[in-house]
Amino acid sequence: MTVVFEKPKALSEVPFHYCPGCTHGIIHRLVAEAIDDLNIQDKAIGVAPVGCSVFAYNYFACDMHEAAHGRAPAVATGIKRVLPDNIVFTYQGDGDLASIGAAEIVHAAARNENITVIFVNNAIYGMTGGQMAPTTLIGQVTTTSPYGRDPKLAGYPIKISEMLATLDGAYYVERVSVHDVKHIKQAKKAIKKAFENQVNNKGFSLIEVLSTCPTNWGMSPSESLDWVKDNMIPVYPLGVKKEGK
Amino acid sequence: MEKVLMKGNEAIAEAAIQAGCRYFFGYPITPQNEIPAYMAKKLPKIGGTFLQAESEVSAINMVYGAAGAGARVMTSSSSPGISLKQEGISYIAGAELPCVIVNIVRGGPGLGGIQPAQSDYFQAVKGGGHGDYHLIVYAPSTLQEMVSLTMGAFDVADLYRNPVMILGDGMLGQMMEPVEFIKPPARELPKKEWATTGCDGTRETNIINSLYIDPAELEKKVEELYKKYELIKEQEVSYEEYNCENADIIVTAYGTTSRIVKSVIEMAKEEGINVGLIRPITLWPFPYEPISKYADKDHVKVFLSVEMSKGQMIEDVKLGVNGKKDVYFYGRTGGMVPTPDDILAEIRNIMKGVQ
Ligand SMILES: Cc1ncc(C[n+]2csc(CCOP(=O)(O)OP(=O)(O)O)c2C)c(N)n1
Ligand code: SF4
Repeated sequence: MTVVFEKPKALSEVPFHYCPGCTHGIIHRLVAEAIDDLNIQDKAIGVAPVGCSVFAYNYFACDMHEAAHGRAPAVATGIKRVLPDNIVFTYQGDGDLASIGAAEIVHAAARNENITVIFVNNAIYGMTGGQMAPTTLIGQVTTTSPYGRDPKLAGYPIKISEMLATLDGAYYVERVSVHDVKHIKQAKKAIKKAFENQVNNKGFSLIEVLSTCPTNWGMSPSESLDWVKDNMIPVYPLGVKKEGK
Repeated sequence: MEKVLMKGNEAIAEAAIQAGCRYFFGYPITPQNEIPAYMAKKLPKIGGTFLQAESEVSAINMVYGAAGAGARVMTSSSSPGISLKQEGISYIAGAELPCVIVNIVRGGPGLGGIQPAQSDYFQAVKGGGHGDYHLIVYAPSTLQEMVSLTMGAFDVADLYRNPVMILGDGMLGQMMEPVEFIKPPARELPKKEWATTGCDGTRETNIINSLYIDPAELEKKVEELYKKYELIKEQEVSYEEYNCENADIIVTAYGTTSRIVKSVIEMAKEEGINVGLIRPITLWPFPYEPISKYADKDHVKVFLSVEMSKGQMIEDVKLGVNGKKDVYFYGRTGGMVPTPDDILAEIRNIMKGVQ
């Protein structure tokens, strides 16, 4: 019998705790496939965030370091400076990266820190029960924007990829989505490239992945995928925001 | 070995380098700026890394990553900066990683001032960050001691997998004294088998973490930490006893204040008052034992805690005395350094009361 589909080696034999229809699981798989494809599992050191993906340290089959909320880019910097030949990546949500950890990500990018950042943007705080994130859309209802996000009160969504692309230090920034097969394939390519860049010492790479939170958006998994396509992508356009030579 | 005249902050930096520290992450704040400047100059020339972080929060988290990767790593700051580092310090203590943190204390609270103080005692020895944990805290009183304690701190950190703090003050950081770089006897250290260095398949993957969602597991983890702290209390208490044998009054003081008290002891002798000094060198674990021993002696009438704070160490002194004698307090704060005359006047007053 020929095996046509199996679990990537870089994922551990542990069941995910993610809610049904949550695309965190798909993104984990893409990261693991990239690690397998590049054969870097032995050298990989992941930094897990605070958020729904806090247990990423149990899911990736490589050395892992848990960070405080938002501090993953600083922790990754410490690791990478000690072990420049290893492959260091962070996996962070939008609350983690764009809110409490905004300074850490900006400065890691400005230093062109040779790390790979997977930034999962689901426009909400998942783990703590659906509060407003810096990436929450105008008008979007969350527990802390119960009348819909009002920019006069709560400001505008932060477009992290566009913002980081203005920095001379950032090498590669791309926004992708995982709401359908075609886009998952594109996301896979981008994530792999972000790791490849590190292998080739190109420097800071960040892939922003538009992701779902059916539980806190109050939608079915399939409605969530449509919501990404219909509501998120217009605000967060996909594509390469910056790529160095 | 040759003696060199150095500034306190530079002596700490050089001692760290000689102890094998190759990574330093910091952020500027007075009065400790000579430490990062020294590291920035020296580390790149010996294959190390100095990095000026964007904040103290980042600096300590870089330390967290580097310590997890198995390196000898240090950061330094002063009071407001150390407050920002507390988040990371709690995580490092929780994940049981070794590192050295220098606090060259200035007056507070808030932005406070830039003159020497000891008002971060509570923060250093009673927690500072969240959760049940301890740092090992050293309080040098001379530049020579700053050198030896800093050098030893890296071994102690590695031995116990625990963050170690060097608690100095602006006076010690800025003053100059001749120092000799003599390494304390090396400790036998375990291999860093827990480090996240990349797993080539020859071992299980390593996870550095302080999250225990199951309360029973977290309690077990904290109990284990406290077993380690008990061992540290048995092994690592350090203090100096000075002129205590026939003392009428025992003064407790550490760091800069203890130096001033030493001058007071000579001045008081001329007036027929016998003053002893117990000087904690480790603030945690605290030397309760010698304090308790002298509290039992008939010749000791009272204790006096002298501090550059509003009375923080006095709580530990009282625990050691355990109600057996009265414990008085003299302290200055805000960056004011007590003079020998101030302290002597206080001692005279107290002794009048007890005779
Ligand atoms: C210092 C600190 N503040 C707040 C929290 C609580 N907290 C845990 S997860 C989280 C939000 C995470 O949201 P996001 O990064 O968007 O990830 P998601 O759960 O949506 O995947 C917050 C605020 C914390 N753990 N630490
Ligand atoms: S709460 Fe939202 S982000 Fe978190 S696992 Fe569930 S669906 Fe995913």
